[in-house]
Amino acid sequence: MSDARISREAVIKVARLARLDVTTAEVDRLTTQLAGMLEHFADIDALDLGTVAPMTQPYPLVNVMRDDVVVAGLDRDEVLAAAPAAEDGRFRVPPIIGLDS
Amino acid sequence: MNQQSSASSIAESVRRGERTATEILESYLANIDRREKDIHAFNLVTAEQARAMAAKVDADVAAGRDPGPLAGVPIALKDNMCTRGVPTTCSSRILEGWKPPYDATVVTRLAAAGAVFVGKTNLDEFAMGSSTENSAFGVTYNPHDTSRVAGGSSGGSAAAVAAEFAAASLGSDTGGSIRQPAALCGVVGVKPTYGTVSRYGLVAFASSLDQIGPFTTDVRDSALLLEVMSGHDPLDSTSIPQPPLSLMPALDQDVKGLRIGRITDLPAGSDPEIEARLAEAFAALAAAGATIVDVELPSMKYGLTAYYLIAPAEASSNLARYDGVRYGRRVDAPDTNAMYGATRAAGFGEEVKRRIMLGTYALSAGYYDAYYGKALKVRRLISDDFARAYQKADVILTPTSPIVAFPVGAKVDDPLSMYLCDVFTIPTNLAGHPAMSVPFGTGAEGLPVGVQVLAPTLGEATMFRVAAQLERSAPGGAR
Repeated sequence: MSDARISREAVIKVARLARLDVTTAEVDRLTTQLAGMLEHFADIDALDLGTVAPMTQPYPLVNVMRDDVVVAGLDRDEVLAAAPAAEDGRFRVPPIIGLDS
Repeated sequence: MNQQSSASSIAESVRRGERTATEILESYLANIDRREKDIHAFNLVTAEQARAMAAKVDADVAAGRDPGPLAGVPIALKDNMCTRGVPTTCSSRILEGWKPPYDATVVTRLAAAGAVFVGKTNLDEFAMGSSTENSAFGVTYNPHDTSRVAGGSSGGSAAAVAAEFAAASLGSDTGGSIRQPAALCGVVGVKPTYGTVSRYGLVAFASSLDQIGPFTTDVRDSALLLEVMSGHDPLDSTSIPQPPLSLMPALDQDVKGLRIGRITDLPAGSDPEIEARLAEAFAALAAAGATIVDVELPSMKYGLTAYYLIAPAEASSNLARYDGVRYGRRVDAPDTNAMYGATRAAGFGEEVKRRIMLGTYALSAGYYDAYYGKALKVRRLISDDFARAYQKADVILTPTSPIVAFPVGAKVDDPLSMYLCDVFTIPTNLAGHPAMSVPFGTGAEGLPVGVQVLAPTLGEATMFRVAAQLERSAPGGAR
């Protein structure tokens, strides 16, 4: 890793990955703020973590299967009523294929 | 707080027919009318729904039916808990106007117990913050001093109870979002063991850390609410398969023989008055027959780093769902990808964007091992430290917050200094343990101070035993 903990280019790339449009001013601010945070978070760099097992959950999870019986789901009309656009019982979105973005 | 306004005394008198749920509700609505404009605890006051719920409780009592253990108790809900047909915003523009098609499990359970919902409370957007200043709908002010913050992220819920807008409220706690505002507002706030209260219908922030809990004016009320809310829920795959917690018996037990842990390497930097209150809390427990033991948590100081990598990483994934397709707002664009970017840019506030960026970065190819992967290992170290400490101690005592309620605006331009507010609360979430904040005297400017009781997984009964003793011993006498 370079001395600057995050570059403008990296911030722009991450914003694209996160599907978040950012202005030039936001890129500047985020670069400074994220670099500051990552600098602070470097306190764990010195720890010897080679043999430590990662912990993703506080409680051991087991897969649960419910009984295979029909239960009521959410009301379709109620769900679609909350969508920005719906048509023929489905969510409506702008074109996905055939345009560059 | 006087006995008349505790949730348990309200429920008792309503069940006995001594008071009606309606008259109790109206007195709380009158408090809201009088002071809400200065506090801004609520995103939405649901007075009409509340009146209908109270009328149903009164009809049950009149007909000889028991409305339940929370009969007529006015309760406020943090606005990140789904309420069917009632707007649920997470204090974000991106969900403005959204009406969920279902109720959260906690909402269903409280309603079935006779509770009356007075409104949806303000929060830092998507629960990301420690001051309720990151809300798209404005700041919540501390009822003890309206030039100061109420804490966060559940600042509205804490302020609602402190200002007597509700007898109790619900919050969510991912890194301290119940306990810190409880401390700053002078009320009791509990973060239960991960998995004891269903997260179904709680809008997800960081799923391995989030947990719902109560705010109340006294320790007994928190026990009452937790008994009603806890217990297995098949709709939450992380719900622990066990019956509801039983906490009431613990409240009348003394602390004789309990071992109270004092962290010898506690991160420094707390207000001197807060350190003094903590010392008095230890002394009070010792005087009541407990033994104070020294414990070490050498990895605690790395908690902040682990949390601020893990929580944003999980958040960046959870918040991917706000894409302008299924709910909330959409900014139109010629194609779907452009619509996503524009919708999210317009819908999310600054702090949420910052955390999505941080989390996406920590998870991205080339950086995963250096940041997220390492944070998960530090999480294990902290959990192991606690396991060792709890061989020597039954509970651990710390300050809840290193500082009292700070002036509005004091930290908004410095995200890192805001994050430092959570230094004592974060380790609990990483380990999945229970912890609660109990009011214990005052600090600078006469502002409330909270002492935090930490316990191991499912150690709630012992935690409440100690909390009840702290309440009895708190400066100023029994509340």
